[in-house]
Amino acid sequence: MSFSSVQAMLDACKKNHLPLWEVILQSDLLESGLTRAQSLAQMRHLWQVMVQTSDNYCASDRSNSGYAGGDAALIEAAAAQKNLLTDGYLAQVIAEALKTAECNACMKRIVAAPTAGSCGVLPAVLLPLWRSGKADEETIYRALYVCAGFGQVIAARATLAGAEGGCQAEIGAASGMAAAALVEVQGGTAEQCAEALAMALTNLEGLVCDPVAGLVEIPCIKRNVIGAVNAVSCADMAIAGVVGHIPADEVIDAMAEVGAAMSNDLRETGIGGLAGTPTGQAIRDIVTLGGI
Amino acid sequence: MRLFDVLGPVMTGPSSSHTAGAVRIGLTARRLLGETPKKAEILLHGSFAATGRGHGTDRALVAGLLGMQPDDERIPDSLALAEQAGMAFTIGTTVLRGAHPNTALLRLEGADGRKLEVMGSSIGGGRINICQIDGITTNFGGDHNTLIVHNQDTPGHVAEVTAELSQRNINIATMQLFRSTAGGYAVMVLECDQPLPEELIEKLRTLSGIVKVTGLNLDDPEGGA
Repeated sequence: MSFSSVQAMLDACKKNHLPLWEVILQSDLLESGLTRAQSLAQMRHLWQVMVQTSDNYCASDRSNSGYAGGDAALIEAAAAQKNLLTDGYLAQVIAEALKTAECNACMKRIVAAPTAGSCGVLPAVLLPLWRSGKADEETIYRALYVCAGFGQVIAARATLAGAEGGCQAEIGAASGMAAAALVEVQGGTAEQCAEALAMALTNLEGLVCDPVAGLVEIPCIKRNVIGAVNAVSCADMAIAGVVGHIPADEVIDAMAEVGAAMSNDLRETGIGGLAGTPTGQAIRDIVTLGGI
Repeated sequence: MRLFDVLGPVMTGPSSSHTAGAVRIGLTARRLLGETPKKAEILLHGSFAATGRGHGTDRALVAGLLGMQPDDERIPDSLALAEQAGMAFTIGTTVLRGAHPNTALLRLEGADGRKLEVMGSSIGGGRINICQIDGITTNFGGDHNTLIVHNQDTPGHVAEVTAELSQRNINIATMQLFRSTAGGYAVMVLECDQPLPEELIEKLRTLSGIVKVTGLNLDDPEGGA
C-alpha cells in the first residue's frame, strides 16, 4: 500500500534502515504487482519522455487558441544576451518550465507530473542538473521515486485535481514534489525532503485554478515557473537547515481544507479570478466565437 | 493512488480530462465496434462542447477512433489521418440531459453498415466511464478486460454466460445488468481479471437469445471482437 502520511514514510525509513526512495519503490511494488525491473523501466521511460519533450521544443509552435507558445525561446534569448536578473541554473529552470508547459498547450507529448497542467515543474528543476552533469540518471530516478511518494501522500490526504482543490493541488503539489526531489538529488535527508515539500506547499497554499477560457494556457503555463522556482528556493532552505514549523502532513491537510473552502468559480470552471476579468472574458469570447 | 498514476501517464497534451480521456473514449468505442468506423458522428456535450476545440477534444476523439493511444504524437493530425484511413466524420455539439460535463456521444457505422452508439464521459485524470451503449445505460471504465453481452431479456442468460466464464477459470471483478424495457433488450457488462479468449466470445455468440457479444482485452488495445 502507498503511504497515507509523510510521517509513516519517514518512520519506515528509520525502522528498515532504508533510503526514502527505496521505501517508496518497495511499497509501490507491493501495491502494483510490478517487478523491480518493470518499475525501473517505467521510470526510465518517463524520464526519457521528459527529456524528449524539452529537446523537441519548437519556438514557433502555437496552441490552438494562439495564446500559448514561444515564451521559453524568449527567456533563452534574453539569457544568452545576459539581460536577465537570473542566470545559470535558475534561468534554465524558468526556460524549462515554460518549454514543457508550452509543449503541453501545443498538443505535444508530456508526462503528467502529477497533472498535465503542472507538467513543467518537475522536469524544469531536474533537466538542468542532469544536462550539466550534476545529477546522473540513477540519481534522477531516485529523485523521481521520492517525488512520486510524496505525491501519493498528497493524493491520499488531499487531492491532485484543480477541479477539487484549485491550483495549489496541481502546481502547489508539483512544486512540493519537485522540492523534495531536489533535496534527494542534493543528498539531503528524508526529513529535509519532507521539510522542503512542506515549505513549498505552504508557499502556494490557497492558489486558485482560474484558467482563462477554461484552457490550460493562461495562467497555467507561467504558474509552472513559480512552481519550479519555489521548489528550488524551498529545497535550498531545507538543505540549509531552515524549517517551516508546520509538519508536512498538517500542511497537506490544510491544503485539503483550503481547497474544499474555495468557491466553485475558482476550481477549474473558467468562471472566477483571471477567467472572469474583462480581458479574460474577451479572450474566452474570441476563443469560443472563433471556433477555436 | 498508484505511483505511476501520480507520475504519469505519458500523454499528448493539453488536458488529461479533455484530451487523454477523450482519446480513451474514442478508442474504447472503436474496440466496441471492432474496427475503424466508416462513418462517425461525434457530438460534444457540456465542457467538451464549450472548450473542446481549444483542448483538442475533437482531434482526440477521432484519434481514438483510429486506434491511437493517449500518448500518440499523431493526435494533433488525426483529422487529416482520418480522411486517409477512409473514415468520414462530423463533429458537432449537443445537450445530453443529466450527463457528466465532459461527455461525448459517438454514432458509428462499420464497413458492413453495422451501427453502434456509444456515450462516454471523461471523469478526471484520463479515466473514463462508458455510460451508454445503443441507448442502454452502462457503467464501465474500459480499464479491465470487459465482456459486454447484448441479449433478449429472458431468464437464464446470466447463468449461461457466467457458467462459460467459470469453466475457463475467468474471475469476475464486477458485474452489471441493464435493460431497456422488461422482456425487451438487455445488456450485461462483466469486468474480468483474466483476458477473454476469442473462442469464449465465439461460443457465447452461438447461445440462443444472445444478440451480440463484445470482448475488450487490455493487452489488445487495437482489438476487440
